[in-house]
Amino acid sequence: MANQFDVIVLGGGPAGYVAAIRAAQLGLSTAVIEKEKLGGVCVNIGCIPTKALLHSAYIASLLREAKEFGVEASTVKTDYGVAMQRSRRVSDQNSKGVEFLMKKNKVTVVKGAGVLQPGRKVKVGSDVYEAKKAVLIATGSRVKGLPQIGLEINKTTVISSDEALFLEKAPASMAIIGAGAVGMEFADIFHAFGTKVTLIEALPRILPLEDGEASDALAKSYKKRGIDVIAGAKVKKGTPGKDTVTLEVEANGATQKIEVATVLMAAGRAVNTENIGLAECGVQVTDRGFIKVDQSLQTTAPGYYAIGDVAGPPMLAHKGMREGVTVAELVAGKKPHAIRYDNVPSVTYCHPEVASIGLTEDQCKERKLDYVPGRFPFSANGRARGTGETEGFVKILRDKKYGEILGAHIVGGHASEIIHELAVARENEYTVEEVELAIHAHPTMSEAVAQAALDSLGRVVDM
Amino acid sequence: MSTNVYMEALSPTMEEGRVVKWHKRDGDPVKVGETLAEVETDKAVMDLVARADGVLRQVAAAEGQTVAVGSVVAVIAAPGEAVGAAPAAAAPVASSGSGKRETLKDSLTVAGNVATVTTPAPVAVVPLPATAPADATLVKASPLARRMAKEAGVDLKLVAGSGPGGRVVKKDLERTPSQGTPVASPPGAAVPSTVARVPFPERSGAPYDDIPLTQIRKTIAKRLATSLGPIPHFFLTTEVDMERASEARDALNKQLGDQGKVSFNDIIIKATAHALTKHPACNAWFQDDHIRYWHEVHIGMAVAVEDGLITPVIRNADLKSLADIGREAKELAERARNRRLQPSEYTGATFSVSNLGMFDIDQFTAVINPPEAGIIAVGSMVQKAVVVDGQVTARRRMRITMSCDHRVIDGATGAAFLKTLKQMLENPLAMLL
Repeated sequence: MANQFDVIVLGGGPAGYVAAIRAAQLGLSTAVIEKEKLGGVCVNIGCIPTKALLHSAYIASLLREAKEFGVEASTVKTDYGVAMQRSRRVSDQNSKGVEFLMKKNKVTVVKGAGVLQPGRKVKVGSDVYEAKKAVLIATGSRVKGLPQIGLEINKTTVISSDEALFLEKAPASMAIIGAGAVGMEFADIFHAFGTKVTLIEALPRILPLEDGEASDALAKSYKKRGIDVIAGAKVKKGTPGKDTVTLEVEANGATQKIEVATVLMAAGRAVNTENIGLAECGVQVTDRGFIKVDQSLQTTAPGYYAIGDVAGPPMLAHKGMREGVTVAELVAGKKPHAIRYDNVPSVTYCHPEVASIGLTEDQCKERKLDYVPGRFPFSANGRARGTGETEGFVKILRDKKYGEILGAHIVGGHASEIIHELAVARENEYTVEEVELAIHAHPTMSEAVAQAALDSLGRVVDM
Repeated sequence: MSTNVYMEALSPTMEEGRVVKWHKRDGDPVKVGETLAEVETDKAVMDLVARADGVLRQVAAAEGQTVAVGSVVAVIAAPGEAVGAAPAAAAPVASSGSGKRETLKDSLTVAGNVATVTTPAPVAVVPLPATAPADATLVKASPLARRMAKEAGVDLKLVAGSGPGGRVVKKDLERTPSQGTPVASPPGAAVPSTVARVPFPERSGAPYDDIPLTQIRKTIAKRLATSLGPIPHFFLTTEVDMERASEARDALNKQLGDQGKVSFNDIIIKATAHALTKHPACNAWFQDDHIRYWHEVHIGMAVAVEDGLITPVIRNADLKSLADIGREAKELAERARNRRLQPSEYTGATFSVSNLGMFDIDQFTAVINPPEAGIIAVGSMVQKAVVVDGQVTARRRMRITMSCDHRVIDGATGAAFLKTLKQMLENPLAMLL
């Protein structure tokens, strides 16, 4: 039967397409059903285009400071539309890349919206596809607004990242609601393109999931360059007008009115679990709306698995990719290595970058762990001084007794790249001593990692 | 100038040779072509001949010792040449492969030796893995796990590693008690209970735990299996007083009337299942590189059929009533004899019972039905004169012999299970506890 496969993946985002490739590598006949472009949010309206825009923003700020480096760029002009067009090309290239990978691995791609049916079947239009082994649900997530306070996404004055990524020009002013990774990154981008940015966070500090010191460092950095940062703030009401939106924001016991051209909603995401036939197949969801899965990521309906954002937090592409690989291997009868959910790196690509893995210092305190923090500022790092990226630090939380790396936090240039040394260390249970023993090239930003490890042992050299 | 005498490849497929006999002794003059020793290859006994004139020195392979091809087994020194004392003590110098495990200090010492020895280089006889206990000391463990084990005084060899390739990681140590032997029975203790993020293969909803074999358990498995046959059996026998079980059975059958009958076999199945819930170490399968400890008890019941035997399975026998077991056993036995069993009805047992009581067999040993780790063989019930409360009295007695797979069940583990089974049969009310 032509419409029969071993594995059918519903959703061609990072979790889905990686699962499909791994399944195909293991000799399983595989199909991916995707209603939009392959690569999902990540490739098309998420990770990838924002990285392109962030680099445009970085170049703009670099040129503005270039004089000090002996390079004069007298008038720096920015054009968000051009940067946006470039980011679209990058996304399209990546999406085409995924298409190529599907062909290369002989994965069948079905275009259309799939609806699950009992008996491991998926209906797309009038066609029904049947999976002999497993159906993988990888439908991902989408942005959500806050209709209860008047801030429903209207795509003109109240927008989400979906619209922000397609703006032809940067608005004159913008309030960004939510200072998680998305809010932080757009604040960085639009500020660099000349928008007056107000960043509003409900929790007491921006980047609420990161270590307190990272939040503080970023708040300081943003304020210094002229981004308004209001944390611990409650948006009581939003009133969209024709060209502006008025926000009533309560912070520090006072209510203030903020009028901006655009509001960007960056407060959380909703998972795509509606209208895909979950209930009909006996696939249950949790109180928080995620698909309920067991340790092997199987849903409450045997033969149906969930991977990526729909399977629960953290809603990160790389976590979904790992789940995709793992489930593909399980379905193929392999015994994959367990996913270590406590070892998923978290990265925000604003400037300076923020990257972390493991526990924050507050979490160590809450768990009453006996830990020693080790810190090293990039201001004491030769390479960072040379490039002028002296903002930030490396912080390693060492278990006092055994030297386990309980958590690591990096703020600074290239933090997103530097963090992986600590991810590998933690995955393999290296202690701070093994990290320090590995010879780090000089001069590099990564030396700060070794120095922070040494500092946690009380024998930092370069400070 | 001295010449090394190597174990030569005396046949095309030879990988190692056993020194049968030295024809020349340490200090003997030798000439090119002279037989130095007889060596047993994989095919025959061959001569190892001298490749130089001189004096045989530093014989490093004893007669009977097996040595890898390419190893130096002696040295031929020029007459009168001063040769260092045979480094007998240093004979099993580690091969380059295991050099990784040397500490920095060790390697420095080794280097020092080399520097002081004038001629020749120290003789290195490579011990074969088969004869070297060193194999068992190679434990894959993360640096963190090593530190934790050292601190807690846990021998890493005794810890089952759950990391990639059996690597011992942090959580393997968290699940083991910090003192004593981590793999000591019951294995239930080794099952993680406090681990927060456990890998899913163990929590995939399957009704069992797969506990990887520890180094020591692997060795036991390998050795016992090759010494006693494919499955290394041992047997434990006990005599059970069946007086109260008989009374209970009579009372139950009276109450059941024409709704069926409870047999002694049903009682034994039920009691066995119950005892297994108390001794999960015996409710297990041997699975090559791991032991599967089942969470459910499925009793295989040996049934003689026309040209052989088959063991239909009473599933979850510990949870079923005696009347249900009676009905099911009767029905399964009947269909077994009529060859009407489905494969699902005679597979998946976690432990078996074989009963030859009806054939007037006092006692016998049953053969384990792999991959199960145990089976009990039930003999006939006979009246015997026994001493009860100081009085000689006639009691119905029955002998039970348990066959254990030593790779899974150790003597004390089997004995403890058998003791519980005996207690349950001698006091059937205990099954209600």
